[in-house]
Amino acid sequence: MTARSFYEGARDCAPFMIIVIPFSMLFGVVAREAGLDILQTVSMAVLVIAGASQFTALALLQDNAPVVVALIGGLAVNLRMAMYSAALVPYLGHARLSTRALMAYLMVDQSFAVAVRAYEERPQMTAPQRVAYYFGCMAAICPLWYGCTFLGAVIGEALPEALSLDFAVPVCFIALLAPLLRSGPHIVAAFVSAVTALAFAWLPWKLGLVIAAPAAMVAGAQCELWLARRRAA
Amino acid sequence: MISDTAFWVLTILLGAGTFLIRFSFLGLLGGRTLPDWALLHLKYVGVAVFPALILPLVLWPDATGGTLDPIRIAAACAALAVGLSGSVIGAIFAGMGTLYALQWLS
Repeated sequence: MTARSFYEGARDCAPFMIIVIPFSMLFGVVAREAGLDILQTVSMAVLVIAGASQFTALALLQDNAPVVVALIGGLAVNLRMAMYSAALVPYLGHARLSTRALMAYLMVDQSFAVAVRAYEERPQMTAPQRVAYYFGCMAAICPLWYGCTFLGAVIGEALPEALSLDFAVPVCFIALLAPLLRSGPHIVAAFVSAVTALAFAWLPWKLGLVIAAPAAMVAGAQCELWLARRRAA
Repeated sequence: MISDTAFWVLTILLGAGTFLIRFSFLGLLGGRTLPDWALLHLKYVGVAVFPALILPLVLWPDATGGTLDPIRIAAACAALAVGLSGSVIGAIFAGMGTLYALQWLS
């Protein structure tokens, strides 16, 4: 029965291939543009498998930020996955440690969302079925992520300067940001991040980001608490 | 230009750190949950990081030698407008499409 769950996971995640293919190819192209070789580009995709984080770290490094700032930026974007990890425990926490390590390595946004929804909607799934379903989800996404990054890195070589592909980096970030602006506190946080980043743009080593991100997180959280208090009053 | 050492140090640490974040609860902390204050702030990580990354890249791009480029600003606005409707790929196409269209016209 687990083979069937694996297949269902892959099938349920298949629509996200439409996002994964261009996004990973774009990373391949942009990384080559930034001066990485094909091995470096693919290594980053394989070791990190997190598009937003890869783009963030690469953009900061290319902008002459010190490694530690690029690392903080790249890791900050991935902190949300601690929430995913906690959310999966009730469903997958029973698996062997090595299996859970592999699950952790493969954890990506879209597949996580699909898997948790399936677990909630189908409480009759057995524990091994849930594990198979999870790997089915990831099987639809991760091999494509590697393959299309490689493809993008190879194609990137041939693309002309006139395509202004450097601009694809902020455009990708905008595409990732826009769907997150879904509540008042989120918009406030984004606004504080923007204003703080501009106010501290004169700082060296991209330290403006290191100040802007925590300031914006506190602003969003405080705004949410304030709204909750007002509603309660 | 990115030096080889900087690249490999960053990639290996980023890979290891990202794995530890993913492995945290599933692997090490088990049934423990994140404290409420952490959950409250984590919700805003994305909206806190991206604007600070986007603005300098749009306003002072290396490609123009760091000067304001109205075409890039317009293209960024187009990407945001389409992105707000919920389409990630649509936003990317709108941003790059606007950039090419305006560059071709000017």
